[in-house]
Amino acid sequence: MGLSSRHLLGLQGVPKEDIQLILDTAVSFKEILNRPIKKVPTLQGKTIVNLFFENSTRTRTSFELAERRLSADVLTFTASTSSVTKGETLKDTARNIEAMKIDMVVMRHNVAGAADFLSKVIQSNVINAGDGQHEHPTQGLLDMYSLREKFGKLEGLHVCIVGDILHSRVARSNIFGLQTMGAKVSVCGPATLIPREIEQLGVDVYHHIDDILPKVDALNVLRIQLEREAGGYFPSLREFHRFFGVTKERLEKAGKPISILHPGPINRDVELSADVADGPHSLILEQVLNGVAIRMAILYLLGTAQ
Amino acid sequence: MSEKILFQSARLIDPSQKKDDVVDILVVDGTIESIKSNISPGSDVKVVSLKDKVAAPGFIDIHVHLREPGFEHKETIETGTLSAAHGGFTAVCCMPNTNPAIDDESIVTFVKTQGLKAHQGIVDVYPIGAVSKNREGKSLAPIAELIQAGAVGLSDDGAPVFDSLVMRRALEYAKMYNIPVMQHCEIPELAHGGVMNEGRVSTELGLPGIPGVAEEIMIARDLILSEYTNARYHVCHMSTAQAVDLVRQGKHKGIKVTSEVTPHHFTLTDDIVRSYDTNTKMNPPLRTKTDVEAMKQGLKDGTIDVIATDHAPHSLDEKEVDYIQAPFGIVGLETAIGLSILELVEQKYLTLSQLVEKFSTNPRKIIGKEIIVREGEKANLTFFDPIIQWKVEIAKFKSKSKNSPFNGRPLKGKAVGIYNHGKLMLY
Repeated sequence: MGLSSRHLLGLQGVPKEDIQLILDTAVSFKEILNRPIKKVPTLQGKTIVNLFFENSTRTRTSFELAERRLSADVLTFTASTSSVTKGETLKDTARNIEAMKIDMVVMRHNVAGAADFLSKVIQSNVINAGDGQHEHPTQGLLDMYSLREKFGKLEGLHVCIVGDILHSRVARSNIFGLQTMGAKVSVCGPATLIPREIEQLGVDVYHHIDDILPKVDALNVLRIQLEREAGGYFPSLREFHRFFGVTKERLEKAGKPISILHPGPINRDVELSADVADGPHSLILEQVLNGVAIRMAILYLLGTAQ
Repeated sequence: MSEKILFQSARLIDPSQKKDDVVDILVVDGTIESIKSNISPGSDVKVVSLKDKVAAPGFIDIHVHLREPGFEHKETIETGTLSAAHGGFTAVCCMPNTNPAIDDESIVTFVKTQGLKAHQGIVDVYPIGAVSKNREGKSLAPIAELIQAGAVGLSDDGAPVFDSLVMRRALEYAKMYNIPVMQHCEIPELAHGGVMNEGRVSTELGLPGIPGVAEEIMIARDLILSEYTNARYHVCHMSTAQAVDLVRQGKHKGIKVTSEVTPHHFTLTDDIVRSYDTNTKMNPPLRTKTDVEAMKQGLKDGTIDVIATDHAPHSLDEKEVDYIQAPFGIVGLETAIGLSILELVEQKYLTLSQLVEKFSTNPRKIIGKEIIVREGEKANLTFFDPIIQWKVEIAKFKSKSKNSPFNGRPLKGKAVGIYNHGKLMLY
């Protein structure tokens, strides 16, 4: 049994069985990553192009590592979006690369829907490595993997996503994926960073972090982009930290251990205090390793499907 | 030798005379000679059978982008008027967001001249002059000169007249000539960066939203200014329920306000944006089910006077990019009648006679180009089949651009021809 789609464009609408399959497959790959020899020949002879129109050290290196561990031939293409908008369209860029006979494309792009667009104009499998403020499905999957590993299951968990929900593709992928797997998702952040009508997606909205802490099993704390302050979404980073920052003191008041996820990179002592990031309930470094395993699982499942 | 045409067995609908009869119409050298049942044609008469077809006073689309001068790769006055003709329009008003903008009398003259050359001038081209110089919203364009040269309305369409003082002065100035200021209603800072309706769907898709309030706040301000100046104000392409309510209240108070809606705003909702098809990107954006219903109610109760297409051609290359980069707008001339009959007449929001009002009587009144289908008058007629079912094929559009979200859609009703200035086109 394989995945129901040739592409991974987002987690919205992806059936439970597919998510289950990816998470289960990732378990074996994580086991491989803990071996002394971490390379398998699974995708030998396959060529994967990483098309990164937006800077991303973490996601790009995680994908590259996953691809190399599977013995694929890897080409990474980074282009600032501005140089692309000056001339060649996304369609032309993608088609030119595909003309070189490749098998899969992993794309990061600054515009929502770019991965969907790509999947319509080329033949290769497309994996969305983040499209604008829309989705970041591999991040959503690795977050779910990390939670499942910690709690043994996803069903019945209550996860709160904290911070800039409006601009976050991580938030959207988490909401869609976790809900499919039977978890409850809430969001917490300043009203100016909560997208309109998000309640209609079945999430509860909180603006006071102390109200939500006693109710949740885990927090997924989002990186606050420093330019949001300049954009006027909130008055200052200092105030943001004071009212929305996840601190040890706050977590202790909740009276129970709460697991902490963060997609990185962390602004220490803005959205997350340093002692929490490095604390005993932090899953952050585990997420990084799980990210490689999840990406290997997806590349394997899409790359070997008939 | 005079040219005689007999339009036989047409259902003539002219709301200005409350007329709805099956008649024969004899036209001689462009003038209506006779309207009655059973005119027997002489041997020198060309006969056009219009059995089961409607003949109406020539339709006009008061919101069209013909793109010339400056953007001839999208549309020219020649291709745009042919598209209009095939959509059943004998006249169009073209918006001034050309390059250069229609903010100088020479451009008004140029556009009119091109209109007269295109297809022997069968489609009247009425330019809309810019409100402000280069449509920048800062200082008034030479409004009196534009009007003298032939502009029939004023608009900075594509952009709003955002400065309240410039808007006030534009209203006062336009009032001297009894022409409307046609506003693209959008508070720039509220709409900033948005590409679709703000709401559940934009939240799911992660696309920046344009809230309905961006439109509504400007309408509210303009209504107050219009009341204060007692000037004529026309709301372009309304898209939200609240906007319709504001105009309804304005009319109730006696403010000289008129309004228009596009076929896509009474047909589609923002759900369709889930496809990321850039032909669903237009400004104002597609809204929600509630808003679509409000458009239909507004048409029914007369709050909305006009159906206008906001025909906005863009080349394939320009639209075949990601959603944020893609330009706003879709073509609309050739699908307007079919969508309107399907969504409004079939669903009993409008009678055919009211439909003719929205496409001809009302918009012509707004720009002062009224016509009447009566013996002795110049014949200016639209012919359409009100029951034919057909499927949209964008490849067949006469417009130079094919950017429509309606490809493959089954419609009801279609233009079969037009007659104007003694010229006949049948399809």
